[in-house]
Amino acid sequence: MGFFIETLIGGLMAGMLYSLVALGFVLIFKSSGVFNFAQGAMVLFAALAMARFSEWANAALGGNSLFLANLIAFVGAGAVMWFVAWAVERFVLRKLVNQEGATLLMVTLGITYVLEGIGQTIFGSEIYNIDVGMPKEPVMMFESLFEGGILINKEDFIAALIAALLVGLLTLFFQKTPVGRALRAVADDHQAALSIGIPLNRIWVIVWLVAGVVALVAGIIWGSKLGVQFSLATVALRALPVVILGGLTSVPGAIVGGLIIGVGEKLSEVYIGPMVGGGIEIWFAYVLALVVLLFRPQGLFGEKIINRV
Amino acid sequence: MLYRENGQFKTTYAADQQIFTIAQDKWFVLGVVAFAFLAVPMLADEYMFRAILIPFLILSLAALGVNLLVGYCGQITLGAGAFMAVGAYAAYNFLIRIDGMPLIGALLLGGLTSAGLGILFGIPSLRVRGLYLAVATLAAQFFCDWAFLRIKWFTNDSSSGSVSVSDLSVLGWVVDTPAEKYLFCLGFIVVFAMIAKNLTRATIGRQWMAIRDMDVAAEVIGIRPMYAKLSAFAVSSFFVGVAGALWGFVHLGSWEPAAFSVDRSFQLLFMVIIGGLGSILGSFVGAAFIVILPIFLNQFLPALGGLLGLHISTAAVSHAELIIFGSLIVFFLIVEPHGLARLWAIAKEKLRLWPFPH
Repeated sequence: MGFFIETLIGGLMAGMLYSLVALGFVLIFKSSGVFNFAQGAMVLFAALAMARFSEWANAALGGNSLFLANLIAFVGAGAVMWFVAWAVERFVLRKLVNQEGATLLMVTLGITYVLEGIGQTIFGSEIYNIDVGMPKEPVMMFESLFEGGILINKEDFIAALIAALLVGLLTLFFQKTPVGRALRAVADDHQAALSIGIPLNRIWVIVWLVAGVVALVAGIIWGSKLGVQFSLATVALRALPVVILGGLTSVPGAIVGGLIIGVGEKLSEVYIGPMVGGGIEIWFAYVLALVVLLFRPQGLFGEKIINRV
Repeated sequence: MLYRENGQFKTTYAADQQIFTIAQDKWFVLGVVAFAFLAVPMLADEYMFRAILIPFLILSLAALGVNLLVGYCGQITLGAGAFMAVGAYAAYNFLIRIDGMPLIGALLLGGLTSAGLGILFGIPSLRVRGLYLAVATLAAQFFCDWAFLRIKWFTNDSSSGSVSVSDLSVLGWVVDTPAEKYLFCLGFIVVFAMIAKNLTRATIGRQWMAIRDMDVAAEVIGIRPMYAKLSAFAVSSFFVGVAGALWGFVHLGSWEPAAFSVDRSFQLLFMVIIGGLGSILGSFVGAAFIVILPIFLNQFLPALGGLLGLHISTAAVSHAELIIFGSLIVFFLIVEPHGLARLWAIAKEKLRLWPFPH
């Protein structure tokens, strides 16, 4: 029983991390109808920027204050993501308004290559560390409840908390601020939003910036866990089943989907994996999402797809 | 003046239903095929065959298959690499497990196996649409990646996990020099391009297009969506599977699952979208673009660096390749979202009028 709960909690925490990446997909899809495959590359790009800025800032400050160096790096990486958002909007999206979904999807794949190339040219292609002072050692909990207790990774726990906090902030931002309201209006109907004077172009920059910041947070957490390296770009592929499971247009869907996929992956790996030779995590997530889609084609929380002739 | 159909009268139904109703088109295509069969084997050197021509031919066959599904039937797929893998591994197993299996038989059976799996993974398309479907097809990709890596039976219990095929021969013709391999692939691609062209002109192709344009309306006028969508998945997977078998047998010789990874799927989708959705010609143009561009950049960038007196490291070259490749893709999609094949169509329109303004 203790082992089961340990796996379950591990899955929930991994799920929060998937949600973080999935959130970026949902934000952009909701407001511009672009299925942003570049989200993974954005995570890599942001993490690379963060890691190197932190290194340089730390060297410039003489290694005295890790916190200050990280703060500077965070602001710097945020600025870089702002530039990315601006460039994507200015040079790509603006010219592709009203194109088909497949074309836009391919464009973001093109952006992926560009970001990966530029990121590694500027920041280098080694493996870097992000040290934001997260505790690494696991702790035992509930020793009185279960025999042997439950081993919980502190780092994962903090990451999950940060993810939850970020989701809360985003919800507030979307529901309570004027900009958030404008974003929701654009998501609902581009033309209606334009007609009441919401500037589409600026909104898109903001959305890509928000997605960039989400990518930055995801990059920091994943990066401090796994090290900042090229393979970070593939977390996008891990997050895709989360997005379609939860629904492409739903922020809560990304969270719930992430938790389901995280738990499903871990449990399947532990309980079904040994029977078939292991390594089933990644396709299991997709098959799980696929099965749900067979019953709800719009995902768990997506808007109902209505077909009109 | 050059491209004009004036005076080309059709007096029979047979003439009206030809593949190429305009004489210039017909002679141009026949000329290209004749050139590819007769002149290219004499002109090209071994590097050209190995690095450019054979990959181009095989990948255009795969792109053709993907185009049937994505361009003609409107079902976006990101799992094409998986079906290439299925074709390759199935053909390999048919070849080594059945005594006296002819090479062409194994290739086609590999394609058929892939078609069967295509139908299986096509079933979600009956419920799921658009981008949801695109992501769902990735399930096929990751499942196949896993299966060929972990299930030893598929790789004939080879210890390294890679399989190899040697001694390709068809009815006593041993296919071993690059020129022979090229001709072998060319034979396949010509036949399959003919099949694809005719399928898209026939009832089934029109059903696919109706489904693509609006599936509810297509259903109302009496097209069975299940039959149309699944047949598109089957035919497309068959093409892709045969291409995968050729890729493994003829191009690589020995391969492991990484040869058919998710990157291959993206690459195939790129070919189709850059070349032109719903266009046979587009598949070839797209394949040529995607195959040749990286090779060109790889050769060109160090040379350019040398010219400017810079020494560019291999890592920097590969990053620059990524950047230029990505930007060119974005550029082409912005300039011509309907693909390079559209440029050709525009050029033909212009040639019709030239040199007169109207």
